[in-house]
Amino acid sequence: MVEENPVMTERENILSRIRDALRVPARRPLGMTETPLPKPEDHRRVLPKVGPSESDRISLFAANAEELRARFVVLPSIEALETEMRSIRDAEGWTRIASHRGEMTDIVCAKLGVPVLLTDGGYDKNELEACQAGVTECDALIAQTGSVLVSSRSSGGRALTVLPPHHIVLARHSQLVADLPEAMALVRKKYHPNYPSMISIITGPSRTGDIERILVLGAHGPKKLTILLI
Amino acid sequence: MTVTLFIPCYIDLFYPRVGMAMVRILEKLGHKIVCPESPACCGQPAFNTGYWDESRALAVKVLDQLKDAEVVVIPSGSCGAMIKVFYPVLFAGSPQETLAKEVSGKCYEFAQFLVDKLGVTDLGAKFPHRVTYHDGCHSLREMNIYEAPRKLLQHVAGLELVEMRQIVCCGFGGTFSAKFPAISTAMGEVKCDLAAETNAEYIVSSDSSCLMHIQGLIDRQRRKLKTIHLAEVLASDL
Amino acid sequence: MSTAAAKFKKDVRRVTADLHHRRIINTALDGYAVKRDQKKSLFQDWAGARRLAAATKYEAINGLDRCLEQFVRGLEARGAKVHWASTGQQACEIIVDILKRRNARSVVKSKAMTAEEIHLNAALERAGLDVVETDLGEFIVQLRDEPPYHIVFPAMHLTRGEIQETFRKRLGDAPSDNPEELTMVARRVLRQKYIQADAGITGANFAVADVGLISLTENEGNARLTGALPKTMITLVGIEKVIPRLEDLALFLPMLATVGAGQLISGYNTLYGGPRQPGEPDGPEEYHVVLLDNNRTRLLADAEKRDTLHCIRCGSCLNVCPIFRNIGGHSYGTTYCGPIGAVLTPVLKGLEEWKHLPYASSLCGACTEACPVAIDLHHHLLEHRRAAASAKPSWWQKLAFKLFAPVAASKLLWALVTKSGRIGQKLHPIVLGTRLDPAYVWTHTRDLPPIAKTTFKEWWRRTRS
Repeated sequence: MVEENPVMTERENILSRIRDALRVPARRPLGMTETPLPKPEDHRRVLPKVGPSESDRISLFAANAEELRARFVVLPSIEALETEMRSIRDAEGWTRIASHRGEMTDIVCAKLGVPVLLTDGGYDKNELEACQAGVTECDALIAQTGSVLVSSRSSGGRALTVLPPHHIVLARHSQLVADLPEAMALVRKKYHPNYPSMISIITGPSRTGDIERILVLGAHGPKKLTILLI
Repeated sequence: MTVTLFIPCYIDLFYPRVGMAMVRILEKLGHKIVCPESPACCGQPAFNTGYWDESRALAVKVLDQLKDAEVVVIPSGSCGAMIKVFYPVLFAGSPQETLAKEVSGKCYEFAQFLVDKLGVTDLGAKFPHRVTYHDGCHSLREMNIYEAPRKLLQHVAGLELVEMRQIVCCGFGGTFSAKFPAISTAMGEVKCDLAAETNAEYIVSSDSSCLMHIQGLIDRQRRKLKTIHLAEVLASDL
Repeated sequence: MSTAAAKFKKDVRRVTADLHHRRIINTALDGYAVKRDQKKSLFQDWAGARRLAAATKYEAINGLDRCLEQFVRGLEARGAKVHWASTGQQACEIIVDILKRRNARSVVKSKAMTAEEIHLNAALERAGLDVVETDLGEFIVQLRDEPPYHIVFPAMHLTRGEIQETFRKRLGDAPSDNPEELTMVARRVLRQKYIQADAGITGANFAVADVGLISLTENEGNARLTGALPKTMITLVGIEKVIPRLEDLALFLPMLATVGAGQLISGYNTLYGGPRQPGEPDGPEEYHVVLLDNNRTRLLADAEKRDTLHCIRCGSCLNVCPIFRNIGGHSYGTTYCGPIGAVLTPVLKGLEEWKHLPYASSLCGACTEACPVAIDLHHHLLEHRRAAASAKPSWWQKLAFKLFAPVAASKLLWALVTKSGRIGQKLHPIVLGTRLDPAYVWTHTRDLPPIAKTTFKEWWRRTRS
């Protein structure tokens, strides 16, 4: 006698109810006679416009970042990046920050002269909580929305990009994509079929308007978001 | 052409001048007017309350009166929507389905008829007052009427049109006004406040059912506002 | 009248008379409308976007079995455990079992309307677990023992003074009524909770079928933290949340944010697909996804109203609804309020008990116009009314409409109605305003127009026939 598997049963119950229900066709919305799934160019045609050139993308990203109260700086070289990082360190009086192993983070963190907690092999949650900033790389920047695309594989895990009160993103020009369709294509190209367990599109510092719709930054996630582009 | 009128029950009983104004305008434009003696109602109250069989019993008689019409014109977006948009729904799958679609196809709300069918926007009317326009929800969202009444008002001599800050339902909603009077009244007050903000003397609309509710509130609260149907504004110099 | 209907009428009477409350809600929603319209205008073609979104959800819902199977495959391949719950009670039991097995005591939770729907917090508390809402608005209403006021803005009805008072009473910490300072109080309290919590529970905005990922939208970062630090993570998701492909997020994320909150995109849009994967520095040891039916398949089987399942829970129908604006969110007395609530609740919880919600509408259609996926909301209210009148007709209304038909259809009887109406109006002042007034529901707050001395039909007959 086959032992009844209760998990299978509920799954089959639900799926069979769905199949029964779908025997009767439903009308399409808005009087449409067919509903093909949109292509990226269909999405692109309706979403906010993004200019074709790289400088269009940079200006749009900059404009969005300003509206979002994220700090966006374009730097000419790695040396300039190191200088910028040192001046942030001094302005904020860092005693301990967190980061992860990466091409740019390695260079920048080595020269900072501040203890850096690296999350890569695992870490103590309370130690991370005590860090004043999290410095990470990213998968992409998205001009259309002023967003930063990160993942648990590219940016030091899940908590590094959200727990420390200041999140600093190091990005390269080549990582700046135009729009959300391009960003989704990038995610698929980079990761399919082995997606990281977390991928996040970050747009501005943490915010809330839950109290009388007054904008407050740093509700739970970072109060400050700085994006440095070289 | 020969225009068949459908006169909603509340226009017949409470606002006959609206129907008379409509007749004067259409005759001045050279059309022959036909008006069936009955039915007096399109069946919307029963339909909106969920009693579709009872609504059909009346609507079937309306279809019978309108089936030979060249064109049907109604001085109401609400009843207009019932006949044009909802009769095909009400009669779907029934022997009258085809007839309902046919009648729907030749049915117009009054402003829509003048502007979209006849191409007329200037009736030589005169109404030297500051007015604001209330869009009845059935007019606006079921019959997609927005520009037509405004084009007509644009050509009325001396008339100043000021739009309200928001487009929102007045709260009549047919039997809703009786079933949920507290909500209906609150919504009506919001509408009156929006109108008062424009400093208009008159609220003009194509829907006397809305105006009945709004005027009822204005009178009870002794507000300094008046309501008038679009047809009466347009007939004001005839 | 059902218990829910009686409570509804009572609450409605109270809130419609509370001008102060109505002003707060209307001010909040007017502010939202400005931002929403500004962001909508950034789209090159909003109407086109709406068509694409509607088409995409149509395909997902009408292929729901395939989408769910694909979705589950992707998740299970990464070591996530998927559970199927036919009812809310089953979902609660599944979640409590997981937490017990994991020896969890403290739970942090991000905002999930589905969890409200199944009363998950109450079930967790009964099982001896400590649950903290981390979304600021939900945190505040949880402290006040109130349900959320709106599906997107849980605390929109509260002033800063009321929130300060709540923090003072329940947290012992409320330095001022300044929104920033109050938010920092919550931030401080919750930060430790994230770090110490044994488990995190989230909802989901979308279930991306082809890649087997959950998509979660928020602004505060509380869901990010809920999904980052605790050892056990559970996501509760209604089966209707499916969208076919990763690519579809490029359309849905900005549309949801635009009409949901007047933002081009929300602060954090996060995809979760499994527990910590090999090589990842952190993340939960176990990731569970609980799929919830709870009568969604009943709605699916109603082909006429199936598109209700296209809902992306943006709240824009609430924001434009004049009924919502004048009665507020709590008056509905159930999880989902506003137009979507009036369509969903009779199906999820029973038509007989909840039919008053579809009737409490002027059918203005602003909801349908606002809906980003073009659900035919206001016509579904009509369909519910038809079903309610059919299932349990009100004998006197049915009789009235039955009698009205031949009267309205007869020239003679209508003339009789006209004449007797005039007489009735002459006598009306005797009972006007009293409980004997047959037109009390109208005349309580409005004047009635007089029947004309000459009706249109009388005039027509006299001058034209």
